[in-house]
Amino acid sequence: MTQKDDDLVLDGNAVAGTLSEIYGDDMTTVLAECASCGQVDHVGGLVAYVHAPGIVLRCTSCSTVMLRIVQTPTRTYVDVRAKRIAPPP
Amino acid sequence: MRGQLQWQIATVKAIRPETPEVKTLTLSLPAWVAHRPGQHYDIRLTAPDGYSAQRSYSVASEPERTGEIDITIERIADGEVSTFLADTVRAGDRFEVRGPIGGYFVWDRSIGGPLLLVAGGSGVVPLMAMLRHRDAAGLTNPARLLYSARSFDQVIYADELAKLAQKDGVTVSYTLTRNQPQGWKGYTRRIDDAMLKEVSAPLGADALAYICGPTSLVEVAADGLERVGLPAEHIRTERFGPSGP
Repeated sequence: MTQKDDDLVLDGNAVAGTLSEIYGDDMTTVLAECASCGQVDHVGGLVAYVHAPGIVLRCTSCSTVMLRIVQTPTRTYVDVRAKRIAPPP
Repeated sequence: MRGQLQWQIATVKAIRPETPEVKTLTLSLPAWVAHRPGQHYDIRLTAPDGYSAQRSYSVASEPERTGEIDITIERIADGEVSTFLADTVRAGDRFEVRGPIGGYFVWDRSIGGPLLLVAGGSGVVPLMAMLRHRDAAGLTNPARLLYSARSFDQVIYADELAKLAQKDGVTVSYTLTRNQPQGWKGYTRRIDDAMLKEVSAPLGADALAYICGPTSLVEVAADGLERVGLPAEHIRTERFGPSGP
């Protein structure tokens, strides 16, 4: 990973507002379990990539995708891959 | 826990330069609610053609200040939101905000405990809200800040941190990784285990650690604090890249 890419990495705290919009409540303190390696982290601590057309949250241990969000002017698409996180209401 | 967040229109009340690349905006909020130090607000800018961009900014001020918040903006080259907030915004301007947001990276009097804060660059902003809250609320929890910056002229809040460090229970340590003033007695290297051990030892294993900065610094500091004896559940992190949030 180059330094420039590294600087683009944020965490789940940075997308707390969007998650709150989708779930209707704060999600950063919810625990998420990686479906691949079993690592458990608070959603606020997940690795976040936000400088793309969508938001991707990944496992802090093995980088497996945990949650993907794409917002269009009319709809929001949420793809939950992690265990313990409910699908949006 | 709170329900659905609402957007509100903030008005820029004051603008204060912090360093050549960093400014603090004071925003008046019609629907202000007390935040927990470490929380942030989303800012949404919308162009006349409907294009909008949204970013998340940590609150720098303490919740004891009612009706307004400070946010501290680092100007990022080509950052479409930060360049607007740093270069174009004037007092009296208005834009949309929503918050406070986030319950993970927060500290306040209800949490207590010895406090270990580790900052890289503008990652000091949410940690400053914690120190300001500690001071404004008259709390006596020991607090130690380790602040990594490239040079002293890039240190944000330097004068205020110097004043806080003269008070009981607060210690501020700097590591200046690129340039140091003549006669500098602080650290001069990137954060490592030896440095973390020196800074954290006086607080003991009960300390709660909050680390905020670029992801590389966050990982080095979080792993290092575990290696020098702090339990993982006492360590909270926020990755705060210079390119965002």
